[in-house]
Amino acid sequence: MTNPEQQKKITLVKAVNSALGDALAADERVFLMGEDITDHQMGGVFRATAGLSTKFGSSRVRSTPISEEGFVGAAVGAAIAGLVPVVEVMFMSFMTLALDQIHNHAGKMRYMTNGRLSVPLTVRMVGGAGSGTGPHHPELNEAWFAHSPGVKVVMPSNPADAYGLLTACIFDPDPCLFIEHAMLMRRGVKSPAPPAGYQIPLGKAHIAREGSDVTIIGYGGQLIDAFAIADDLAAEGVSVEVVDLRTIAPLDVETIVSSVAKTKRAVVVHESRKDFGVGAEISARITEELFGELAGPVQRVGGPFTPVPSARPLESAFIVGREQIEPAVRRVLNY
Amino acid sequence: MTEITREQLLRVYGTVTLARQADDKVEFLLMSGAAMIARMSSRGSETLGATIGHVLAPDDQLVTYYRGMPEQLAKGVPLDKLWAEVMGKATGTTGGKGGWVHIIEPDVGVMINSGIIGGQIPPAVGLALAADIKGDGKVVLCTFGDGAINQGAFHESLNLAALWKLPIVFVCENNGYAEHSAFAWECSAKSPVDRAAAYGPMPAAKVDGDDVPATWAALSEAVERARSGGGPSFVEATCYRHRGHFGNDTMPYVPKDELKAKIAADPVPRFREWLLEQGHATAEELAAADAEAGRIVEEAWEFADSSPYPEIDKLYTDVFATAGD
Repeated sequence: MTNPEQQKKITLVKAVNSALGDALAADERVFLMGEDITDHQMGGVFRATAGLSTKFGSSRVRSTPISEEGFVGAAVGAAIAGLVPVVEVMFMSFMTLALDQIHNHAGKMRYMTNGRLSVPLTVRMVGGAGSGTGPHHPELNEAWFAHSPGVKVVMPSNPADAYGLLTACIFDPDPCLFIEHAMLMRRGVKSPAPPAGYQIPLGKAHIAREGSDVTIIGYGGQLIDAFAIADDLAAEGVSVEVVDLRTIAPLDVETIVSSVAKTKRAVVVHESRKDFGVGAEISARITEELFGELAGPVQRVGGPFTPVPSARPLESAFIVGREQIEPAVRRVLNY
Repeated sequence: MTEITREQLLRVYGTVTLARQADDKVEFLLMSGAAMIARMSSRGSETLGATIGHVLAPDDQLVTYYRGMPEQLAKGVPLDKLWAEVMGKATGTTGGKGGWVHIIEPDVGVMINSGIIGGQIPPAVGLALAADIKGDGKVVLCTFGDGAINQGAFHESLNLAALWKLPIVFVCENNGYAEHSAFAWECSAKSPVDRAAAYGPMPAAKVDGDDVPATWAALSEAVERARSGGGPSFVEATCYRHRGHFGNDTMPYVPKDELKAKIAADPVPRFREWLLEQGHATAEELAAADAEAGRIVEEAWEFADSSPYPEIDKLYTDVFATAGD
């Protein structure tokens, strides 16, 4: 029996690479498309597809030109024809180019065909600040796609969840966007490697840490800060519950509301812009359901309403971290 | 390249007379005030659409747009369910959820339609990509108008298809107008076919869509090229629309003399006369085809008109695959 402490630990990139490889091996309908994803081209700019073209060939691991609208749209058609495309769009910032094919075509196809056509497509993308690449590379825009009927939006907070959620996305009958948070890569986050084929159900939030005095709701790399804050507050006698959304859309309102019904205090956290962001929707839902029962207003912590600047000190100030989250937690505790 | 046979000519005529009589019916209903039905007329382009639909094999796939009724009918979409969809009825091809801009019937291979002009082209390339990966021998034919060729999606799609040598035929139905704008107002190329040169070059042809044998020859050559692994082709087929872009559009943007001349040179009676003159059909055969089409039109209208709308709960269904998502 393997000692869990000695169980192999994997990074986010390794988790994604494993999930892709296991899916390609498990189901011949699965194929990959994206820029620079073959081994001749270094297996993807983040090496997420390293080794896959060598193992599965360059038809199933297919390099594309720089044509996001074209190849995401082609993936829509291939999915309609019964294949299972997993597309890499290098950065979430570039998803603007594919917005029409995702929002108007992939998302709406089932609805407008009365259920007759299905688009089992997954698009993977890296998003998140910290690389100095400036306004057109590190954005997280999950709120736009959460606002698209028929599109699922998923963002893991650790590598093991990344494996399970990506596998679930690949085999989900609906179009799924899978966001790989750059913060997890930069911080070198590791977690135990899950077994092959491991899936985490989509549309279900996870109580990552149980507590009774305040709920922090978030997704992606900010969960690490949430756990650190929870540990420190525990020493002060405050019990923090942490809810990891895992799936942003469709939103698991039931888990969120039942947690805040218990704690009476909620803090929603995400790196993407606070204004008109996912936190606004969650805050509204909590308030609608629990208005008279809340100890204080729902706190939202999110990025400033700016593009992401390149200069390191400015970019660091942009990134949501403990310095922004903890005051919000304390504020609602003091109501 | 295959020459069209007598049997194929008669099948094309069958769709031509059906499409024309269907448009006659809609025109009558609208002008008399008897009914409201959305109209994106293909009047004047029936020979082209009918040829497109019939040149394809039953397993081949067609991707069209909002002005695609003749090719949809030729491919096998039943007129009754097509009209029911146009009217938003529950009995329509997609339950009234898509409407007249989204006529899709997977049972006969009419796979994708889009209200975003040119938006259907990348997914059409995807269908061809799937056919190529699966090796199932299917060919995809994607139609669009002269307006779509200025969208970025058009460029990206042709580049991908040429790069990957996909089994697809791109057909530009050039009626000289994109919505309310003449071709020269919108396009820096002299003719849509010129753009194929940028993709390899992509094998290309320009034909008169009113000329059924010539159009058939060009399309069948392109389909054969795709099916045998020769990659994509681009066919520009000139045609004309005798009615406006949508509904009551009275076409003030079209020179009156031009419209008058085009209507006088109506391809439908010309095709009919040509069939008789060349001995490809007898007067009895064509009369029988006309009568059959007339019967289908009346029954289809009855069906669509008397069909119910979908129940209100259908507003909420089929957003996601699984209920409760």
